[in-house]
Amino acid sequence: MLSQWIDNQILLGAAQAGITLVAALLVVAVTMRLKLGLKKDILVGLGRGLVQIVAVGFLLTLIFSADLWISIPIILVMIVTAGFITVQRIKSIPNALWISLAGISAGAGSVILVMTILGVIKQDLTSIIPIGSMMVYGAMNANALLLERFHSELASHAGQVEAGLALGAPPEQVVAPYARRAVTAAMIPRINGLQSLGIVWIPGAMSGMLLSGENPAYAGFYQFVVSGSIFVTVGITVLISIVLVRKQVFSKAEQLLIRAEEN
Amino acid sequence: MDRDEIKSPVLLKAEGLGYQVDGQVLLSDINFEISTGERVAIFGPSGAGKSTLIRLLNRLDEPGSGTVYLDGQDYKEIPPRVLRRRLGMVMQQPNLFPGSVADNLRFGPTAQGESLDEARIKALLSGVDLKGFADRDVAKLSGGEAQRVNLARTLANKPEVLLLDEPTSSLDQAARREVEETILSVLDSGEVTCILVSHDRAQVQRVADRVLVLEGGKLIADSPVEEVLDAQSMD
Repeated sequence: MLSQWIDNQILLGAAQAGITLVAALLVVAVTMRLKLGLKKDILVGLGRGLVQIVAVGFLLTLIFSADLWISIPIILVMIVTAGFITVQRIKSIPNALWISLAGISAGAGSVILVMTILGVIKQDLTSIIPIGSMMVYGAMNANALLLERFHSELASHAGQVEAGLALGAPPEQVVAPYARRAVTAAMIPRINGLQSLGIVWIPGAMSGMLLSGENPAYAGFYQFVVSGSIFVTVGITVLISIVLVRKQVFSKAEQLLIRAEEN
Repeated sequence: MDRDEIKSPVLLKAEGLGYQVDGQVLLSDINFEISTGERVAIFGPSGAGKSTLIRLLNRLDEPGSGTVYLDGQDYKEIPPRVLRRRLGMVMQQPNLFPGSVADNLRFGPTAQGESLDEARIKALLSGVDLKGFADRDVAKLSGGEAQRVNLARTLANKPEVLLLDEPTSSLDQAARREVEETILSVLDSGEVTCILVSHDRAQVQRVADRVLVLEGGKLIADSPVEEVLDAQSMD
């Protein structure tokens, strides 16, 4: 209906966003009535979300006309930002930022590079940047889940960890069960995502291709490429991060640096 | 033979030992020597720094100042895993690993690439009065049984010194007695030197020959058990 009235595509987008915003404000009104205390968070979220994504949209129209190499600093900025966002919630793990940067770079960086060189990801900015961002985003979430879970496992099992150390066991052996649980916790959302692909949800890449009129069968294959690549990214990220973090939670004299949770 | 008459070389020596967390001094300038075969209690009120001291001896925490000498060697020069096998620690909570009793006994020796044969497992379990418990799931043990498995698990490493950190304080009265009797029989049957942390005056009298009294993170007395406990009212 809107497209019949508005010719200009940008104005059409603004009008569509405006209607969505009105719907979101109705939800805010309901939360206020229920006194959920979420008003500020939701309003800030809506405001930031709208401004950020529209700004990125305008920025991408400029970037897409640039050379291919510009994708390198853009992906790097994404990785560094993802590292900083991860450690906001995990301050008690020593060197969490460096671990996150190493894990996310190794996972997302290597998969984006290899897939682009092989041509699985099209060698143009309109493919590399959005698909790269999905991988960095996947790596960021997996890394955050991994570190958070590993920390909470150690804090709640500090007694057993120290019992193992006191028996003269190497730290990596003592934390192995908790490292396994953390890796599993970080991988489960991705495994669920793969299992439910196409049945429970049609993810962003395929949705975008369908919206722009691509052949649905090709869109299906391509969605698997994206989801599979994110899975590989997440796998590499969590494996690198867990290897690095399990050393960081011990001092040189093999003392546990994570304090036990108060009961 | 009276243990007091044995003149043994110094096995463990703490020199100027101190520890602080976030600017709060938990222990300061602790000095003592312990000879082979001695049974020493670290005694004092709650918050005196007893557990902090025994953790420093096992180097589970790093001293802020001073050090410990084991057989004349600065313990910071001994690889932590080797040190911790030589100074075997039994913590307040059993902290057993999921699995069978035998799995727990094998943990220490396996970690250093050794195996623990069936005969040794039987001997260790018999030493803590748990004959036939090798295949039991640790999740099904009572508190007293779990703590005795904990003791046997530490003994599986053949430590020279046994560090006991309030080993009975998390148990009920009956289990407390049973674990203490096991500890006494282990001490009577072997050559192991023992350091017991306890706030239980009667237990200290039953187990130890000598007492280090801590108060507010300072060592305020170091004397034979009867002298210290007769002179002080610590209850």
